[in-house]
Amino acid sequence: MKPKHQRLLLAVIAVAALVGAGLIAASALREEASYFYTPTTLASANVEPGKAIRLGGMVQKGSIVRGGDGVSITFTVQDQERSQKVAYRGITPDLFVEGSGVVADGRLRPDRVFVADSLLAKHDENYVPRELADIDMSAAAHTKDTLVP
Amino acid sequence: MHRFANPARFLRIARPLTPALFWLGLILTLAACIWGLFFTPTERLMGDTVKIIFVHVPAAWLGMGGWTGIAIASIVQLVWRHPLAGVSARAIAVPGATFAAICLITGSIWGRPTWGTWWVWDGRLTSMLVLFFLYLGYIALSNASSNKGDTSRVAAVFGIIGAINIPIINRSVIWWESQHQKASITLGGSSIDSAYLAPLFVAVAGFSLLFGALVLMRMRAALAEMRIEARMRRMAEG
Repeated sequence: MKPKHQRLLLAVIAVAALVGAGLIAASALREEASYFYTPTTLASANVEPGKAIRLGGMVQKGSIVRGGDGVSITFTVQDQERSQKVAYRGITPDLFVEGSGVVADGRLRPDRVFVADSLLAKHDENYVPRELADIDMSAAAHTKDTLVP
Repeated sequence: MHRFANPARFLRIARPLTPALFWLGLILTLAACIWGLFFTPTERLMGDTVKIIFVHVPAAWLGMGGWTGIAIASIVQLVWRHPLAGVSARAIAVPGATFAAICLITGSIWGRPTWGTWWVWDGRLTSMLVLFFLYLGYIALSNASSNKGDTSRVAAVFGIIGAINIPIINRSVIWWESQHQKASITLGGSSIDSAYLAPLFVAVAGFSLLFGALVLMRMRAALAEMRIEARMRRMAEG
């Protein structure tokens, strides 16, 4: 075997080992590296009330109820299987509309309602000009679901 | 491959290629930026902030493509010992780091109005920041070798190991729930409306050509420096 071929073999083995290690590490991190719980993963995760967590999902159509004081709202976050009730006091981001994605920082109340301290809007992978979208700014029409089932 | 590994032959090709790539890249980039900024419609939800895409996406592509290039060049350097491989890997590092930084900065500016935050520690953003730090490490490591011309083998090994981050960046939005949305452009198609997609492709092409021109310039400068050093050494000896 020529030295060149030896080095090539060594490089191939090294790269294969690296890719393998990376994939194993990434799949082991599957739960830990997720930025938020979806309603489905939250339901199975057995998170105790009061623990600071993040919840992400789609804002269910027709679920936003604004309180009389003008700053408190409740809405439902859903994924493909489950839904979770959320209460929030504060100013909502511009992209926070029904049918759009949202990521909420907060905690579960003992009655299983999620109380959010802050809301971040989550944009999906679709980019559509306004004149084509049949503008209804209160609701985002989604052709694809952005959440992992 | 061996044909291009000869520095003299490389220089013969690179000399006319550099200005060609540079000017074509500059024209395409400017055209794409003007097209994207003034002649694309506002987006359904994001409004005008969507136009950051014409810098953000090419920068992300080149930041990741740059490291892929470093990894390939490093393998070629270690296995075949081509004299140009190490030079090219080193030439890619600084432009690659710059584009990774541009991607992070434009992404942050885009995140504020769209998501409501400058930064979150989700999988995509964090792995992209790691890429930027890997570039800094690579630059420091390759500059640490005392001999300017001969790129150190340690840097090449680092370049190959660091490549593991590239598929992680790519898959981060699929493996893990993240603040960042999933890929809009995949092998299966695109979920970006053609009004944005066309100038985006021009921007990617333009920035890529500019990147190529930068790398060629840096390679030529490195080769010239090596020749100067070799001549000085000969003069000192003789």
